[in-house]
Amino acid sequence: MKIQDLTELALRNLRESLLRNSLTTVGISVGVASLVAMLSLGIGLQQLASRRLVKSGLFDTVVVTSRRDLRGTGRERDQERSGPTPGESRVLDESARLEIEHLPNVLEAYPDIRFITELRYDDKPHLTMISALPSSARSNDAFEAMPGNFFSSDTAPEVILQKTFAEELLGKTPPRGADELRVADLAKPLLGKELTMRYAQRAPSPAPPSASGADSANAADRDLAGAAYSVVSREQKLKIVGVADLDPESMRGPTRAKVFLPLKLAESLHVMQPTDLREISRAASDQPVYSSISVRVKNPTQVQVVEDAIKKMGFTTFSLLDASQSLRTFFKVLDLFLLIFGSLALAVASIGIVNTLVMAILERRREIGIMKAIGASDGDVKKLFFAEAGAMGILGGIAGVGLGWAIGRIINFATNIYLRRESLTPDTFWSVPWWLVVLAIGFSLLVSLVSGLYPAGRAAKLDPVQALRYE
Amino acid sequence: MGETVIRAVDGVSLEVRAGEFVALLGSSGSGKSSVLNLIAGLDRPTSGRVVVQDRDLAKLSREELAKYRLHVVGMVFQSFNLIASMTLAENVELPLRFAEVDRSRRQTLASQALERVGLRARMNHRPSELSGGEQQRAALARALINRPQLLLADEPTGNLDSHTGTEIMNMVREFNRELGMTVVMVTHERALAERYAERMIFLADGKLIDSRANAPTAVDDRVPGGQP
Repeated sequence: MKIQDLTELALRNLRESLLRNSLTTVGISVGVASLVAMLSLGIGLQQLASRRLVKSGLFDTVVVTSRRDLRGTGRERDQERSGPTPGESRVLDESARLEIEHLPNVLEAYPDIRFITELRYDDKPHLTMISALPSSARSNDAFEAMPGNFFSSDTAPEVILQKTFAEELLGKTPPRGADELRVADLAKPLLGKELTMRYAQRAPSPAPPSASGADSANAADRDLAGAAYSVVSREQKLKIVGVADLDPESMRGPTRAKVFLPLKLAESLHVMQPTDLREISRAASDQPVYSSISVRVKNPTQVQVVEDAIKKMGFTTFSLLDASQSLRTFFKVLDLFLLIFGSLALAVASIGIVNTLVMAILERRREIGIMKAIGASDGDVKKLFFAEAGAMGILGGIAGVGLGWAIGRIINFATNIYLRRESLTPDTFWSVPWWLVVLAIGFSLLVSLVSGLYPAGRAAKLDPVQALRYE
Repeated sequence: MGETVIRAVDGVSLEVRAGEFVALLGSSGSGKSSVLNLIAGLDRPTSGRVVVQDRDLAKLSREELAKYRLHVVGMVFQSFNLIASMTLAENVELPLRFAEVDRSRRQTLASQALERVGLRARMNHRPSELSGGEQQRAALARALINRPQLLLADEPTGNLDSHTGTEIMNMVREFNRELGMTVVMVTHERALAERYAERMIFLADGKLIDSRANAPTAVDDRVPGGQP
């Protein structure tokens, strides 16, 4: 029989026992829907996670430190982290930074500036960790969604506060167990206010900090080459422009602080840093020297290459590449589990197909006999039952994908309502890529055809004389 | 058309010539339907041969038997055996689907066949909406559609009143004479056989008892009005 005729006859037969076949098809579609919903959730969560991770800068960032630096801070750690032979160690200075920045696949390389100092607000002193943010941090989720704005420029005397520090400034601490204070409520009284930062500037001369960071830094370092420099106490007024809901413990690098300054401003301040003494004593040139540099790589997959290149230059590197790999493994396992659970419903549905088709054979015994008597071959009968199973599979698959899509949408929607109520950022953690649609319908068809094997074989073997004998 | 030679399991040995109208007579259980099923290729003999057009049916594969049933044999049954969920046109064109004939050609042939049995106007009705006689006419149209050389009829008038039975039998004779189809009809009504068959074969307990030539007594012009 031709495919077209098979399809036509199969659909006609399905229509004849509409209720039963619809119920079977609904069974399949529920199975497919559960599969699609499960997998789309898995895929969506994975996409969300990698999107967040890329934005967080955790997995596309390589932290570069000089080998000497590590040796100075602790011998054990040095041996553990810097690899086999320390080789020739280099000073992590501006020329090294530029060199790293010009490596292929590198987006930017910026110095990590971090120090602890005193901030005055409302005439009360608060001691805290301050770090500098490059302007590229603008796209970080936490800064994108926060109340207020990101720094207006890279040199603006502005500051972004971490949520807990904002609480500290306002003297509010969330009661234990109760809901945490909302960032928006915290931000309202603080935005636009001024903070005074007191800091120790390493300075050979009383030259005031200027906006052109590199120049004045050079001047400073030249004088410091002899390891003689003075520390001057300075003040800087800073305007609060934002309050970010960052969890300092979960973050690494520059975000692990409670107060953030624009990078260029921080550089220009020449704040005394813990590593200054050591580094400056080794400085061969008059360039600024950094204790560590953060390197942003274009794509997390290129981290390894970049890391290797930087290691060759004689620096120590650190990235969370391994962590991201285990995360990928986790999602693979998660997808597998979701696939298995999703498939269970489809397996149950396939039993429904077998049942429906076996029932159809009993019911259409005579019809099969007639078809054979007027010239249908075993193959024709078999194909007809296969076509019916396949049609139920495809219809169920299509309906199931729709249903699964809708379920995913509803779950996503409902969760976002919840997230919004908790004043968290709503997001899409559910995704139905086109290949999942094709896969689900194909899988449904496959399962249906396998289910149709036994009934189709049984129908084909039916003896026409027997089938026609009974009235 | 070649000779139609039949030898059946229960020692029945009979021969039907091409174009002949033969009636198989006997009481129920006499084996007449079994013989018909053997000729139809629906059943296989455990021993012996069924030779149709120089083909031994016993040696054909299941697939070849299906082809044989499709192209060589047309069947009508006592209980019409139309498929209830299909319209007349669909029922009639069903063998053409198995023969993989194109849709447009199928429709033309089906409507011609229904025209021939006078049911063209009812081609979109379902069998349940028709009388027994009309259903049997549709079954005849279906048997005719593949232009088989052999028409096998199993008690074709068994479920019909005598008037409609005559109508059906006249059509069968018309096919026999005008289309040259060989007709083997199973019946338990001797009178019917005498009126239409050229030869009567008597069976009892699976054995051939008698085979005699017969001059059909039915008058040709007894076809009811409205027939083509």
